Amino acid sequence: MNNYETVFILTPVLSDAQMKEAVEKFKNLLSEQGAEIVNEEDWGLRKMAYPIDKKTTGFYTFLEFNADPSVVEKLEVNFRRDERVIRFLTVKQDKFALEYAAKRRNNKGGKKQESHAYAAENVKSRKQEKAASVETEVESNEKED
Amino acid sequence: MAKQSEIRYLTPLSVDVKKKKYCRFKKNGIKYIDYKDPEFLKKFLNEQGKILPRRITGTSLKFQRRIAQAVKRARHIALLPYVTDLMK
Repeated sequence: MNNYETVFILTPVLSDAQMKEAVEKFKNLLSEQGAEIVNEEDWGLRKMAYPIDKKTTGFYTFLEFNADPSVVEKLEVNFRRDERVIRFLTVKQDKFALEYAAKRRNNKGGKKQESHAYAAENVKSRKQEKAASVETEVESNEKED
Repeated sequence: MAKQSEIRYLTPLSVDVKKKKYCRFKKNGIKYIDYKDPEFLKKFLNEQGKILPRRITGTSLKFQRRIAQAVKRARHIALLPYVTDLMK
């Protein structure tokens, strides 16, 4: 069993219900294969940095799960076969990613996409050093969210 | 001799005030660079969306590799552009 995380983008032409159904389909697929879903995040309809298939927006979904490597294979095959999925990325979590993901999950209650709250925490603890620009940058980044 | 050293002393003083670059990840104890956070990754890109070299950002080699990896992942899922103009 390994820890994986996957981000996939669904086409914006779907209605909300259709989108939910598609996400549900992949979640069911995962649990059928014996994967344990740890976390699910719905980033909603987001503007993409560049058009894919002549579409400028997409529904982003983020999943974290524990599974055997063969499950990832099956999941990706299904992503490729499904026309509603326009892009996907599956990544194995290393020990640092795991730590970060746990922090991210704990933060989820407040804000959905807490950007580098983990980093900001560290900055605060070392504030005494007060080494100017970089740290203030990170902090202001936190405030923006 | 004393006079000479005084004359030399006047000009190069300003050169010495160069600020030492440092790796912000090592300094702040950041261990993982998240590809899902485009705003943070933008600090390591230039206006065209290219990854800035280490000699400019001062990042250590280890973290430069991780930045590159994260940026490339972010580009794949369209959180960051592959090519652009005037990103900031």
